[in-house]
This record gives sequence, C-alpha cells and structure tokens, in this order.
Amino acid sequence: MSDLLAAVAQVSALIAALALVHRPLGDYMARVYSSERHLRVERWMYRAVGADPDAEMRWPAYLRGVLAFSLVSVSLLYLLQRVQDKLPLSLGFAPIDPDQAFNTAASFVSNTNWQSYSGETAMSHLTQTAGLAVQNFVSAAVGMAVAIAMVRGFARSRTGELGNFWADLVRGVVRILLPISAVAAVVLVALGAVQNFADIHSVTTLTGDHQRLTGGAVASQEAIKDLGTNGGGFYNANSAHPFENPNGISNLLEIFLLLVIPFSLPRTFGTLVGSVRQGYAIVAAMAGIWLAGVIAVTWLEFAHPGAASQLAGGSMEGKEQRFGEGGSSLFAVSTTMTSTGSVDSFHDSFQGLSGGVLLFGMMIGEIAPGGVGSGLYGMLVMAVVAVFLAGLMVGRTPEYLGKKLGSRQIKLAACFILITPALVLIGTAVAMATGEGESSMTNTGAHGFSEVLYAYTSASNNNGSAFAGFGADTVYHNTALGLCMLLGRFLPMVFVLALAGSLAGQTPVPATAGTLRSDKPLFTGVLVATIVVVAGLTFFPALALGPLAEGLAV
Amino acid sequence: MTSDLKRTMDNTSTATSTSTSTSPTATPPSAGSGVLVPRQETPGGQDSEHTAGRIGGGLFDPKQLLTSLPDALRKLDPRVMVKSPVMFVVEIGSVLTTALAVADPGGWFGWAITVWLWLTVLFANLAEAVAEGRGKAQADTLRRTKTGTVARRLANRDTQGPEERVPGTELRTGDLVVCEAGEVIPGDGDVIEGVASVDESAITGESAPVIRESGGDRSAVTGGTKVLSDRIVVEITAKPGETFIDRMIGLVEGAARQKTPNEIALNILLASLTVIFLLAVVTLQPFAVHAGAEQSLIVLTALLVCLIPTTIGALLSAIGIAGMDRLVQRNVLAMSGRAVEAAGDVSTLLLDKTGTITHGNRQAAEFLPVQGASGEELADAAQLSSLADKTPEGRSVVVLAKERYGLRERHEGELAHAEWVPFTAQTRMSGVDVDGTKVRKGAAQAVLSWVTEQGGHAPEDALRSAEEVSEAGGTPLLVAVEEDGAAARVLGVIHLKDVVKAGMRERFGRLREMGIRTVMITGDNPLTAKAIADEAGVDDFLAEATPEDKMALIRHEQADGKLVAMTGDGTNDAPALAQADVGVAMNTGTSAAKEAGNMVDLDSDPTKLIEVVEIGKQLLITRGALTTFSIANDVAKYFAIIPAMFAVAYPSLDDLNFMRLASPESAILAAVIFNALIIVALVPLALRGVRYRPLGADRMLRRNLGLYGVGGLIAPFLGIKLIDLLISLIPGVG
Repeated sequence: MSDLLAAVAQVSALIAALALVHRPLGDYMARVYSSERHLRVERWMYRAVGADPDAEMRWPAYLRGVLAFSLVSVSLLYLLQRVQDKLPLSLGFAPIDPDQAFNTAASFVSNTNWQSYSGETAMSHLTQTAGLAVQNFVSAAVGMAVAIAMVRGFARSRTGELGNFWADLVRGVVRILLPISAVAAVVLVALGAVQNFADIHSVTTLTGDHQRLTGGAVASQEAIKDLGTNGGGFYNANSAHPFENPNGISNLLEIFLLLVIPFSLPRTFGTLVGSVRQGYAIVAAMAGIWLAGVIAVTWLEFAHPGAASQLAGGSMEGKEQRFGEGGSSLFAVSTTMTSTGSVDSFHDSFQGLSGGVLLFGMMIGEIAPGGVGSGLYGMLVMAVVAVFLAGLMVGRTPEYLGKKLGSRQIKLAACFILITPALVLIGTAVAMATGEGESSMTNTGAHGFSEVLYAYTSASNNNGSAFAGFGADTVYHNTALGLCMLLGRFLPMVFVLALAGSLAGQTPVPATAGTLRSDKPLFTGVLVATIVVVAGLTFFPALALGPLAEGLAV
Repeated sequence: MTSDLKRTMDNTSTATSTSTSTSPTATPPSAGSGVLVPRQETPGGQDSEHTAGRIGGGLFDPKQLLTSLPDALRKLDPRVMVKSPVMFVVEIGSVLTTALAVADPGGWFGWAITVWLWLTVLFANLAEAVAEGRGKAQADTLRRTKTGTVARRLANRDTQGPEERVPGTELRTGDLVVCEAGEVIPGDGDVIEGVASVDESAITGESAPVIRESGGDRSAVTGGTKVLSDRIVVEITAKPGETFIDRMIGLVEGAARQKTPNEIALNILLASLTVIFLLAVVTLQPFAVHAGAEQSLIVLTALLVCLIPTTIGALLSAIGIAGMDRLVQRNVLAMSGRAVEAAGDVSTLLLDKTGTITHGNRQAAEFLPVQGASGEELADAAQLSSLADKTPEGRSVVVLAKERYGLRERHEGELAHAEWVPFTAQTRMSGVDVDGTKVRKGAAQAVLSWVTEQGGHAPEDALRSAEEVSEAGGTPLLVAVEEDGAAARVLGVIHLKDVVKAGMRERFGRLREMGIRTVMITGDNPLTAKAIADEAGVDDFLAEATPEDKMALIRHEQADGKLVAMTGDGTNDAPALAQADVGVAMNTGTSAAKEAGNMVDLDSDPTKLIEVVEIGKQLLITRGALTTFSIANDVAKYFAIIPAMFAVAYPSLDDLNFMRLASPESAILAAVIFNALIIVALVPLALRGVRYRPLGADRMLRRNLGLYGVGGLIAPFLGIKLIDLLISLIPGVG
C-alpha cells in the first residue's frame, strides 16, 4: 500500500468510526446531563463538597462554581509541585520552580497542558497521577459543563436557570470521562503502552550507552490526555514516545479519542434543543474545517519538493517512521484543532505552510471541533455572530434557535471573540517588543517568529502544543503564557455563561418561513465562512510574516 | 384600488398622492343597513399644487452631495463623530497622518493618504447629511402650514357664546375654537359640534376633501388643515409644540431619531471588529521590526482604515434615516425607528376584513330564480324594485341586471303612476307599486313576511336557495311580486356577496412565503367569515370579533413570541393598537387611535400594512448586506497592502500580490482610495435600500450572500487594480 493510500484509508476509517459513535455517545451525554438520578458515588462527592446537586443555578452562580473550583485546583496543583520532593513516590525529583509550577498549574487547570518541563525528568509519580491526571479529568469536565450550560441557554425559556455546576462537573467525570478512558487505557495497554508505578530503569543500549527509562501510569494518563483534549504527555516526547503511543493502531485510536467527544457534543446539543438537525449543521461546519485542514497538511507534507523528501516519500524530519506522513499529519491537524496539544510528530518540523494551517486551526478559536465542551460553546458563539450577519439579510432582526440576538447578546459574543485574538496578538507583540521572543527562538527570520506566534497562539487558545524549538522555560514566558492560558480559558467562560443566561430568560420566537434556517447546509456554509474570514482577517498580517513568508519561499 | 404593491422601491416620481383611491371607509357598513359611507372619488392625476416639495422622491440626485456638503463638514466635530465609533477611528487616523505629513512635507505619499482619509470621513458624513437633507425639505413645507394661524377661541367654552382671536400657538388643551369655511384649523382636536368637509392635503398630500363630524370615529381634525365648508367647533386636544404637525416635523427632520435596538447591536459588532483590527495593526509593528521591515505610521494607519468596517460604519445611520424616509414617501409616519424594525419581524398580520380584504360593501353577485321564474323575469323585477334603494347594495343589483341580462337601467322618473317604496333600515325592503303590480326586494325575513301578508307562501326552493347563499358566506335577498291582486309569489334570490379585492390571494400567498400569517378580523358570523377567509386566502380569521377579542388575540400571539401588526382607526381600537408591536393608525381615525399606534398612515389605507412590513425587512436586509459587503472587502485589501508592506523583507510575499499592483505606494493608496470611493458609490443603495422581493428566507439569503458576500469579495480586487492602474499613469508616481 502506498503511503498516500494508507493516509486516505486512515482518514476514512477514522471518519467512519466517528460517524458510527457520535450518535449513541451524543445521545448518552444528553441523557447524562438531563438525568434526574444521582449515582451513589456521586452523592458521596456532593456531600464531600457540601453541594446540593438539585439546586438550579443562574449564570452568576454557575460561573462562581466554575471559578471557585478552578481557583482551588490551580492552588492545589501549584502546592503539590512545590512540595513533591517531600511526598511519597517522588522518584527523587526536586520541587518545581515557582514560575514553572504556576505555568504548569495554569496549564493543566485551563485544559491547555502546555508543558515547559519534561515529564519523565521533573514530575513525581504522585504529581503526575494525583495532580496532573486528576486535572486532565476535571478540567475537561468543567469545559463540558459550561458547554452544557450554554446549550441549556438555548433549550430553556423564560428562566435564567442553567442547571447545577457541581452535578454537571461530577457527572462529566463519573459517567463520561472515567468509563471511556478506562476502556481506552486497557486497549492501549493491550497495544503496548506501559502502566506501572516502577522506579526508573537503567538500561544499557546496544551501542553501550546508558539510558534511564521512567515507567508510570502512562496508559491511563494517555487515555484521558486524548479523550479530555488535554494533551499533557507523560513523557516529553508526548505521543511520539513508544511507551505512550506504540504503533499505528494506537496512533489512530488516540486520534479517535481526541475527536470523539468534541464531534459527539453537537449531537448532544441537537438532542437537548429538540432538533438533531441543528446539531448536524454545527458538526458539519466543524468537520468541514477539520477535513480541509487534514487534506491541506497531508498534501503539503507529501508534496514537499527536495531530494531528501522525495527519497523519504515526503518531508520526514521530526516524524516517526511508525506513523509516516499520513498518520502524523492527521494527528497534527486533529490535535491543533481540538485544543489538545499532544503530538506524535514535531510541528516545528512541518512545512512552513503546514505550520500555518496548524496555527490557523488554533487561531479560529479551537472550535473545529475544538476542545471537549469549549469547542461546542465556541462554535455556538460563532454561530450567534454568523446568524447576526446572515439573519439581517433575510429581513428579520436576528434570531437563533428562537432566541433573539439583541445588543446584549451581541455584546457578550463580541467580547468572547475578542479575547483570544487579543491575548495572542498582545502576548506575541509584547514578547517580540521586549526581546523575550527573540531570545527564546531557535531559528531566525520567519520561522523564528512562527515559534513565538505559535507559543502564544497555543497558550491563549488552550491548545498546549508547541513549535519545539521555542525555549519556553523562562520566568518571562512561564508567567506570560500562564496568564494567557488562564485568561484564554476563563474570561470566555464568563461571557459564554452570561450569554447563556440571557438566552435562557427569553421567550422563544416561533420559526416561520421567513426565519433563517440554521439547520441547513447554506447556514453551515455561512458559519464556516464567518469563522474563516474573521480569523483570517485578524491574523493575516501575523501569518504573512511567519508561515506564509517561510512557506511561499520554497 | 389604493396602494399598488408593485410600487417600486425606487419610487421615482414625487409620488405622494399616487393613491388614486378613495379616502377609506372608516366604519364598515353593516349589511343592509343602508348607511352611506362618505367616499370621495379622487381624480387619478396628481395635484401638483399640493404635492410639490413634499416628498423628495426615492431617487438619489448627485446634486444632493453638493448641497449637503456644509452639513457634512459640520459633522466633522469630534463630539458628533464619536457617536459612530468606526468613523471616529478614521478621523483620529486622519488627524495623525495630517500631523505626520506636516512633519515631513516633502513626501507625496503621506499627503495623498491624508487627503483620502479625510475624504473617507467626509464621505461618511455626506451620506448621513444627504439622508437627513431629504427630510429637511419636507419639514420646511410643513412648517409653512403651521405659522401664522389665528384661532377663534370661544371665551366661555360656550359654543354659541362670544369669540376671541388668539394666535394658534397660545391654545391650550381643552380650549374650544370655531372654524368656518376657508379657515385653517389652528390645532389638533376633536369636532364636538357640526360637520364639515376638510382639506387635509397639507398633511396627506391627498387633495380630495374628507368629512369630519362630531361624535364617532371621524371626529379628529389636525391643525394646519383647512375647512372647506360649513362650521365646526373643535376641542383642542394637543398642547402647543406637541401637535401632529410638530411631531411630523420632528420625525422627518430626524431630530427625534434614536438608534434602534438592532442598530445598536450592529454598532457593537462593528466596534468590536474595529478593536480586533486595531489590535492586529498595532501589534504588527514589533513583528515587522523582527522581519526587518519597520513600517511608517502612515502605512499602518492606512492599513487600519482599510480593515475596519468603514463602508457600513459610514452608511449605517443613512440607512436608518432612509428607511424612515421610505415610509414617509408612502405617506406613513413611523413614530420611532424601533417600529420600522419591528415591522420586519412581524409574524402575524391582523387585517380588518372590511376595507382591507373586501371592498367594504356587499354586491349582488348572482340571481337565483325559483318556482319556475326565468332569469330575465327575476332580473327585471330585481332591477325595478332596487331603483328606490340608494344603498351600494341596491345599486349593485341594478348594475348586475345590466351586466348579466343587458337590462337597460331605468330611472324613477320614467314610470308614470309609480309609487316608490324606498329602502329604510326599519322595513329592510324596497320596491315599487305600479299599475297594480307590486314588486319588492329586501332582506329574506322582511320579504317573506310581506309575501305572507299578501296571501302568498314561502316556497321551499327559495328557502333552500337562501340557505345556500348564507352558507356560502353571502347574504340572500328575496325578490317577490304581486300581480293584480293575486297571491304574492317569490321570484328568486339575489346573492349578495362581500367582494374580495383583486389580487389579495396572491398577496397573502407572498406574505405566507415570507413567513407571515394573516388573520382576518371581522364582525361577521363565523360562516360568512370562513367563506370570505377561504376566498381571500388568509390563514385564519376571527369572526364576530369585539375589540376585546382582538386584544386577546394579540396577547395570545405575543405570548408565543410572535410580533403582531395591525391597523385601526376607532377609539375602541386604541388599546389593541397600543398592544400590537406595529400599530398603524389611520389618519382618518380618532386622536385616541393615532396616539396609541406607533405609525400613522396619512392615506388611511389599511392594505399598506403589507408595504410597511416590506420596508421594515428591506431596512434590515440593507444593513446586513452592506455589513457583509464591508467585511468581504477586507480580503482584497489585505492582498493589496500586505505584499506592499513586506515584500521587501520577504520577497516570497510578492506571490500574494497577484493583482500585480505597480508599486507599494500605489497599492496602499489604491486600497485607501477604493475604501473611500466605495462609500460614495453605495450611498444611492443605502438611501434606496437593496432590492426587496418577498421570498422565503433561504432563497433570500442565498441571493443576498451571492450579491453582497461574493460580490464584496470580488469587487475590490477589480476596483483596486483599476485605481492602481490610474495612479501608475501619474508621472513621478508608481
């Protein structure tokens, strides 16, 4: 089988699997979040934190829950890293420096999982499992909870109530993330990933060198790393490491895990708002952008001219032989577009234009399909903006799913879409203006700039992947990127929840023949165009000076 | 009849009084009551004396750009500009580049950019000034009617008591004034004594006089209108400065104009786009420095102005003003822009049957002979017995007899010894006794009892026919004859029908396609109502409707989230008019109705509601279309400016310059010039509104996206290339 054919087969198998799973999973998630019942283990948890899972919350209360929980998470995770040497299972590692500990805490709580450290040489077993892995679950569940609150904003009428944050959080972990990642972890172990609490092994290689191998709860962390669109690898090499991602099958499984919840949530949305077609319109926009990205990067990587590339059948620098061009491109696009940030190849080594596509996938706001939960609410906010523009053109003041989009709604949506571009551009510009950017670059010129741009784009959009050449572990970048991650995660949530609250309070407007149909391919097209044009116009100058200048020079 | 729906949106003539119509019937005549409604047929042509200068027409005249220039310059005041955030940013940019150009007076490029940035601001102000200017001309005409009226106030509020002469401006609410033929009514009020014909052309542009009388729904008079005959006593109901004319002047001048909710929302979106682009441009400098291509502030300012949505930012308020203006051109005064916007959102239209859907009176539609009588015989008797019936119904019988059976119209004087029995509301019959023959025509009950009195009996087939007519929603009239003392016999039944206006079915069909449900409101019984509803093609009807029913219906629709529009004229319509989202009061209606509604139709044409909805939609579409166009334009501008800025540092970026623009300077300048000129080019479209056709939402969106989205992508590529070509022809440049 030629490499290209293999790539096509992988993409096709992946799409088929997602198409098969998204319906039952989406419907299951809809049931989870609308169920009246509490499991016994859930009741214990509610009692432990003293929450009443049946109390309905208005948006400020819901937001307080999100922020309070996340603040506690950041503090605990910071503390755990700072005292890891005094706790069990330390492997003898020193405590993490304050700036890096802050960066890491911000990173894992904001579901970014940007890593300015090397996991196997810095983090103890306890930090990895009780700190980082726990955040992998709960930060993902927080995102899903906010997305569900947003969906309730559309689904409910004449009430300001958005559900109960604690119930949504606990259910997301207990009923969705835990069961799926447990199954996935077992499968990954079967495929060859490691799972132990062993000490560091010292081995002598064939050439006589000594190598230290760290084991750990790798498979379990790998499962939730991908399923929760976290991306923080056990090892520095992330999913390129054979202990995390042993072979082509596990590679495809991991990509599937990245995509399965983000692509299923639109179904949940459709079910909860009472029209699965509305969900299809959203998922079609997500899938269209994602697939276009996959095709573009795969093509660019295969087509790269040059003698070395042609011998290798593509540009293979920074890629694993196990995965090849196809598996690497598919993984790269999927991880950047899901706000995951795990990597099975080095994005720094991709072609200039491919790097541009990966960057653009993040710049559109991680919504195609985006992170668990955050992808859906981000896409719904874009849908609000698209409806506002397109809705006027059918001669009515805009309405989406029967909810009027007036000045309050537009104000909140506008604030939402302002935040991440502002963080990316200001973060990059300040780094460049102060010289902090240039001092962390490995490369010069356009590619060096791309490294800095990529870092701030990744952090602000809570992706977590990096152009590996970028030296991120400085006090400046640890702090600045940490702030970008926190603000890029929680400020949008403020506006999303406020928007959901304002929508839930409305009386729905019945649809007529004069209403813009938001469940038609035409609307999906408008939505995609709005996303691409708005992000494109915002970032075109920056992209021109980075990936475009580099890529067009070839 | 009245408003012809196809009146094109770019209404070319100074057409206010194109309505060749009747002044509308204020109260529907109840069947067979014989009440004559005053209807004045107007000659079809326009009365130039009255319409001159009233409406500025829909066409954009380039001369307006010149005449509005002083206003546009005045608007450069930053305190005014700040209301439009997008254009305010451009003004700041213009000031900045001016300072930079002054600092470096030798560079032509800086001056050229500066001039075109100022022009961009000026063009935006011009668009608004032109839109406002059209209203100002109307306001001046209105003001002329207001000044200098002298009122004859009754000193002791005694209608026969002494009068005193006071200026019209000194009248207070509750004052009584006398107006006689030839005098101008000094203020808004209600007629409390007398009947008069009034020339309201100053307000409506309609030259035909209307009847105003005390009591009932036609008692309201408007200050500034002229009494043509008789004497009336008017009780003043409006405070000075708050009269209808005052409000009208305020409205057409745009003085009272406030931003509408949707305009505010759109402004927020535009402001946030401006912030995004501001960030994109401000942060660009450190990136450019790294690339070794530091940019001048002039270039960065030019880039910013090209990116922010100046096209829609410049035209937004002109679009709003023009929308109100388009209503004024159709003789509808909207009391707020909010109402115009709401009109676009209406999903339920409540239409009164009489005068809106039907012509307002029943007409004979068919002769149904019974008991072996022939059609001719029946028609002859029907005609003869209707000659003494002066109601529209009676006239229509004569007309039908002529049309159907070619019976020559006879007159009362033609028959000697004839004893005419005129129609009265009490007898509900008319007829004639001539040469021993008695012919009668009238309401079924009345004729049947007459027949029985004359020794006849009620034939079964006549009763059945009458029944059938009733079931079909019509009104049966019986025709009976008694010859030479024989028993009276029934000849047949006349089918009286409410005639639905031509083209209503198509109109309602189009409304349905636009997603608007029509509900017919009528006082008729459900049977009749259903028949007419079916014939007219409305979606629903409310029969035997009382004002309370109407109110309940509106509340019910609104509870479901629907917006309701209705027309009304009577005092008892006022609560419903106030409750409806769009309440169009007829100018012939009472002051209570006019006060309650948020629009007043000066032509008092209830079918105009449909046009009001269309204008509301057109306003919103124009906004959306130009916003889309404005944003789509940016793509081409990037392709012009980015290579111009950075191709020196990264030659590979010259690949993006596929327009092959002559030089970096000419490329940037071309983008700025295009950005400014497109505003002027779109002023006519903003004033006229985009073409509107009632289509379903999907087709409408596809059409507008193609035109303004895709068009907005392509147009600037062509425009910028063309301007660049012209610039490069200038010696010493490019």
